[in-house]
Amino acid sequence: MTGTPNPHQVDVKEFNPRAQAAIHNPKIRQNFRKAMDGLMSKRKSAFEGWDLESLRELGANIRLRALANLPGLLEQLEAKLTENGIRVHWAVDAEEACRIVRDICVARDAKYVIKGKSMVSEEMELNHYLEEQGIEALESDLGEYIVQLADETPSHIIMPAIHKNTGEISELMHEKTGTDLSNDVEYLTASARQQLREKFMNADVGISGVNFAVAETGTLCLVENEGNGRMTTTVPSCHIAVTGIEKVVPSLEDVTALLALLTRSATGQHITTYFNMISGPRKADELDGPEEVHLVLVDNGRSSIYQDDELLDTLRCIRCGACMNHCPVYTRVGGHTYGTTYPGPIGKILMPHLIGLDEGRHLPTASSLCGACGEVCPVKIPIPDLLVRLRQESVDGDKLHPARIKGHGAKRGALEAMVWKGWSWMHSKPGIYRLGTAMASRLHALQPRTMGAWTRYRTAPKLAAKTLHQQLKERRQ
Amino acid sequence: MSSRDIILQRLRNRSGGELKAPDCDFSVLERPDWSPAERLERFQKTIESVHGEVHRCTEDNWPERLCEILGSRGVRNLLIPREHEIGRRLRSLVDTINLPPLLIYDEPISSWQPALFNEVDAGITSTRGGIAETGSLIVWPTVDEPRLMSLVPPIHVALLRAEDIYTTFHEAMQAQNWAAGMPTNALLISGPSKTADIEQTLAYGVHGPKELIVLVTE
Repeated sequence: MTGTPNPHQVDVKEFNPRAQAAIHNPKIRQNFRKAMDGLMSKRKSAFEGWDLESLRELGANIRLRALANLPGLLEQLEAKLTENGIRVHWAVDAEEACRIVRDICVARDAKYVIKGKSMVSEEMELNHYLEEQGIEALESDLGEYIVQLADETPSHIIMPAIHKNTGEISELMHEKTGTDLSNDVEYLTASARQQLREKFMNADVGISGVNFAVAETGTLCLVENEGNGRMTTTVPSCHIAVTGIEKVVPSLEDVTALLALLTRSATGQHITTYFNMISGPRKADELDGPEEVHLVLVDNGRSSIYQDDELLDTLRCIRCGACMNHCPVYTRVGGHTYGTTYPGPIGKILMPHLIGLDEGRHLPTASSLCGACGEVCPVKIPIPDLLVRLRQESVDGDKLHPARIKGHGAKRGALEAMVWKGWSWMHSKPGIYRLGTAMASRLHALQPRTMGAWTRYRTAPKLAAKTLHQQLKERRQ
Repeated sequence: MSSRDIILQRLRNRSGGELKAPDCDFSVLERPDWSPAERLERFQKTIESVHGEVHRCTEDNWPERLCEILGSRGVRNLLIPREHEIGRRLRSLVDTINLPPLLIYDEPISSWQPALFNEVDAGITSTRGGIAETGSLIVWPTVDEPRLMSLVPPIHVALLRAEDIYTTFHEAMQAQNWAAGMPTNALLISGPSKTADIEQTLAYGVHGPKELIVLVTE
């Protein structure tokens, strides 16, 4: 991004120190544990009575079918939206997407922008960009509003302020907006409602994300509970929706299944309060709704992910957050430890494509590969397999494997590469292999008892006094 | 080359193998074949579980029930549609039942936005049906019932005919043939506005209505 550095930008590489700090912060641990336990049990009961495996299979197939025909669907979506009166823009990267939004704002002489929740706009660092251009962007989702007041970034893609408890939020609102100190959530919510209502009325432009974009009808679907999304897309005279190019689906029918999966996986709700389907700006005789509606289709690395048959699965994601809710690592270290727009398992497989494996070197390894994320994913993204693939990519230096990802081979060390080369040579020569294992077992007494971090919580593995070959030989005699 | 062409070309010339579009079996979305009574019961139970209020009434007595409900809340005024039967009926009853002053949304929002935001207590709209499984109302705003009618006033009253309750969203969409053409804005509304963004504690009426009242006519 141009101009001054974003104050929110943290060094992704400092994952370990942040993780240590979070693990030793009881408040963070408590806030996340409580929230994630609640979300896990709500999800479980929301799927009771459903054939969940078949439903996930359907979700996966719908997403795969959409991705199989992605360029065609995007063209169909564009044609249909244009016919409906919605203007479509294409952005190769985040910077271009920001410029497009700014240009629309400038053309309308807009000074105040109200925003509904959008992770793509977080990815674009849109608020910071607009601020630099003299345009004030205010978040209206309560969680995003709190995070913005605190000058922080979301720690969860569905519940942005999950890292804070009521007391902390009350203090923050008291300090920034003059709200009385109170642990009454209703009072705090009502106070935010009051303040934001004024902002909705005065905003020149509303900016939202998109959950699903339907090609057959040219419809933008938004899922929300608060009504701020409807306000954002209805009250200001101009609505700009921003979305990743992977969010398109062929038909409205597809949406029914994805919606059933999304809300239950995310918050354990059968459905959210509002499911908002927008297919055009205000018509000549209508009395409200925006006069202009724009859609910005953002690539920002997605078309690169699309190139690879395995990594492509990353693009199935419908951003429900179930993977982070069920992740033992995320629950312990919290969302901010990752230092990335998308935290948790989905962040670990998505962010390396956006920032490179050199910058995001800790992401694929910040996992125990327990597999919980893959098991709960509503569209069956094989997250653990993709983590392993990214680990390979980050140490791979083999010329036979062309670089798919920026920073390919970033973690490759000369010594480690040499050790593995030697290992492979030894294992392909039976004579040398036997000699090597026989030597190792004979010298087993010399084996070190501590092996760095590995033995901090474990005992060191011991070499047997005799090799398997020797033992079998003796048994046969 | 434009950004559009760059993106589409990258997608078209992908380096991996050919992508196959799998078949999609939607039968998993089907729910048991509930009777109309079961659908209504299910609808009521589900929407009530998220703080929606359901009052069963008849085609004849719903205006009286509406009066009682609004009266018990001290509602000072009610926004009604001008053309729709709901509006006509209520206007015709002004002198016979105890309705609060009726307001009509008949000019563009820009000319009366502060009044809508600050002075209107309740709005009543029609619905295109309900969904039993998720406890949802299908609302398509129109010229007569603009989008903000169901969003800005603190109380949203919706009239739903029991026979228009479908089992699932999938069924409703197919039965009403949505794919043939969508309005500028279509909504599923399932309860009053709510948030759990503060420590997962539910609070209602964060940006939209604090109360959703459904009058089901049987």
